[in-house]
Parts: sequence; structure tokens; C-alpha cells
Amino acid sequence: MQDFAASFFEAFRLVISLDPDLLEVVWLSMRVSLSAVAMAALVGFPVGAFLAVARFPGRGLLVVTISALMGLPPVVVGLVVYMLLSSAGVLGPLQLLYTPTAMIIAQTILVTPIVAALARQTLEDLHDEYRDQLVLYGLGNLAQLKTLLWEGRYSLLTTLLAGFGRAVAEVGAVIIVGGNINHVTRVMTTTIALETSKGNLALALGLGFILVTIAFAVNALVFMSRAAAVRRAYA
Amino acid sequence: MREDVLSTVQRQAMPVLPVTGTELKVSRKGRVLLDVKNIEIADHGTTVIVGPNGAGKSLLLNLLAGLRQPDRGKVRWNGTPPSRSRYCRFGMVLQHAVLLRRSVRANVEYALRAVGHSRNEARRRAETSLGEAGMERLSHASARVLSGGERQRLALVRALATHPDLLFLDEPTSSLDPASVLAIETMVQDASVKGMRAVMVAHDLAQAKRVADEIILMHHGRIVERAATDDFFQRPQSETAEAFIAGRLLI
Repeated sequence: MQDFAASFFEAFRLVISLDPDLLEVVWLSMRVSLSAVAMAALVGFPVGAFLAVARFPGRGLLVVTISALMGLPPVVVGLVVYMLLSSAGVLGPLQLLYTPTAMIIAQTILVTPIVAALARQTLEDLHDEYRDQLVLYGLGNLAQLKTLLWEGRYSLLTTLLAGFGRAVAEVGAVIIVGGNINHVTRVMTTTIALETSKGNLALALGLGFILVTIAFAVNALVFMSRAAAVRRAYA
Repeated sequence: MREDVLSTVQRQAMPVLPVTGTELKVSRKGRVLLDVKNIEIADHGTTVIVGPNGAGKSLLLNLLAGLRQPDRGKVRWNGTPPSRSRYCRFGMVLQHAVLLRRSVRANVEYALRAVGHSRNEARRRAETSLGEAGMERLSHASARVLSGGERQRLALVRALATHPDLLFLDEPTSSLDPASVLAIETMVQDASVKGMRAVMVAHDLAQAKRVADEIILMHHGRIVERAATDDFFQRPQSETAEAFIAGRLLI
């Protein structure tokens, strides 16, 4: 118990003193996860929007598949990306294995189904509500989608938040494709796992504290922006 | 009709009146929901479609507006099939106002932008329209937190702001208090006086008497009677109309 308390205070000291090693790890975590969420949004929103408004044979199967992919095990994704990026893999010549880019690719694969599935549900509900009204404005499919995306902007922001939560908290995929190399691919979750196994609880706790704080801060930011928007016009 | 208040896009779109429906038929699972031989909406004035629940009133409105396709028959807007480019000359107010998650003014601006007005012109017209409806104080409020009556008035302001040739209203005053009903009716009558054609679905016969120039009675998907308001109420031509006016249940 005493060790735990000491580790906790040491962790607090590391955070307060803005330890450079700590900051480096935090910065890389944020860079990788935010990039993955941005990539997932670029792919997931159009896919979700298309599935929300389009009707075609096999759509139901596709919707179920994408929803099921939300639960993709990170280690499996890590393994697949590893095989693709390794020297013998089809993307081997790109030499991306054990780089932050490989980690971004893995996390993008994990986050995209979450963004696509949640965006599909949000936009489909909106489409059901607005369809007749938007048709009466003479809007084409693209213009309707543009309106739906704007009307659903805060729900979609929450979707991105869910994706970010998944990305920043996962360890299985990034440790396989990133290798947890110091100063290169070490992120918060992999560092926590490593330092815990080494018995360096202070650093692990410090990073854990930051991870939780980031999650809290991001959620609070979205909550406040939504509240401000409601006060202005959006409800 | 009032071409000077229309946007360039609206002026370029062919007028939609007269709107006609011929041999319209819609069935579901063997049950006939609508069977209308012929209907024409032309000229000025306000037509109110009345009838019991399930008579096909809203369905007919949706068919004429091009929102639904009949199983058989044709809808024509000024002699040609409904087309997206001419929706800019239509207005429609639904039973439950569908409002964008934006401010009151932004909702009106959106409609004006959709029919081709510039951003500045849309803002100017939106402010004017809200002012005329006595809603300027709500201009910056969220449209989604308005009361039922305010929401419906906003939906009507938004539809009227574009100066449509033809306005469809699908039970716009159901579940509204008398003051809101009066406000809606006044706005429709004012627009009608200025030359807009209105077709409204209603349950309330007293309301039909107040606002209609002519009444269409529907029953079991068919048009039973169509007559000028006074004639309809004073000299109904069918037993069905007589029973409906008397408030007797229609089977």
C-alpha cells in the first residue's frame, strides 16, 4: 500500500514537472489516435451516409457487418496489419512496420467501423425525419446529405469521440505493429503495459492519470460545445 | 403570379398549376387506400379536403405533391410529370412541423436559399417574413424548443416566405390551441388573398367553413363530393356528405 502511495505521488510529480519523456509519449499517442480518427472520419462518414440513405440489395448484410466490425479485436487487427506491412507482406516495400504510420493504419481500421456504424444510425434517423421536407426543397441526394451531416453535427462529433476513445485506449494493435520502440513508437498504453511489467508503477500511473484526464477533457469539451450550441440555436 | 417576388431559379422553373391527378390508385395488401378518378387544382382560392380517418386525404396530398408514387394513374404539374426542379414553386406544411436544428431565422433562410435566393437576400426576406408573422422576437431562438403553435407558425412562415404557387397543408392545426389555430388560418387566408393557391387537409368542419372556398369530401379513398363551401354545407349532394356534416359516424 505504501509502495502504491509512493508511486502515486511520483506519478503526480512527473505530470506536474512536465517530464520530457512523458510528454513525448503523450504527444505521440495523441498524434497517432487523432490521425486515425481523422482518417476514419474521412472513410466512415461517407460510408455511413451512403448506407443511411441508399437502398440496394445486400444493404442489410453490409449494415450488420459494419456493426459487427465495431467489436474487432485489436490484436487481430494488429496481426493482419503486421502481416501486410512485414517484409513478406504486400505492403512490405513501403517499410512502414514499426513506425507511427503503421500504428495509425491499425487504429484507423479499428475506428472506421465505429464511425461508419454510428454515423449511419444518426443519419438514418435524421433522414427519416427530414426526407419529405428536403425533397420538397427540391434537393438532390448530395445536397440532402450535406444538410443531414450539418443537422447531425453534434451527434457525429460524439461518434468521433467514441472512435477516439477506442483508439487512444487500445494497446493490442499498436504494440504489434509499432513494436513499442522508445522515442519512436511508444505511446501511453504500450508504455503503461511495459512499465507495469518492469515494476515502474510511477510512470505507468502517471500515464494512466493523463489518459483518464484526456478522456475526461475531450468529453467535457464536446459536452460544453453542445450546451453552448443549444443555448445559441441548436437543440 | 407575383413573379417579381420570386428568385431567378423560381422564375426559370415552369409554374406548377394546374396540378392534376388522373385515375390515381393506391392499394396495400389488397385494400384500396385511394381511388380517385380525376382531380384538378387550378386557379386561386383555398380547398379544404375533409373526411374521416383513413379516407386517403393525406395520401392524396402526398401524391399530388409528388412525394409518393401511385400504383396506377398520373399526376401532372401544369401538364408535365412532377420534377425536382419545380419544387421551388411548391410549399408544404406537414402535420408535425419538421424543423431544422437551427435558429428560427436560419430555418426560414434555409428555405429561401433552397429556392435560389442569395445569402443576403434570404436573410432580408427571412427577417421580413418573421416580422410580418409577429415572430421577430423569436428570430434567434432555437427552432426545436418552440411551443407546438410556434413551431407550426414557423413552418408556415417558412413555406410562405418562398411565395409558392401552391401550398399544401396537412392538418396543420391539429392539436393546437385556438389562438394558434386562428393565427395559422389568418396567415393562410392572407396568402390566399394575395394569389397563392392552398389545399388543406382538415378534420375540423368549423375550420373548413372558415377558410375554404371549396370543400372536397373523401371517404374510403374516393372523392365523394366537391363543392363550393356554402353549397357543401347547405346543399350536400350525397348521403355521405350529409352524414359527415351531421357528425354521424361513417362506416
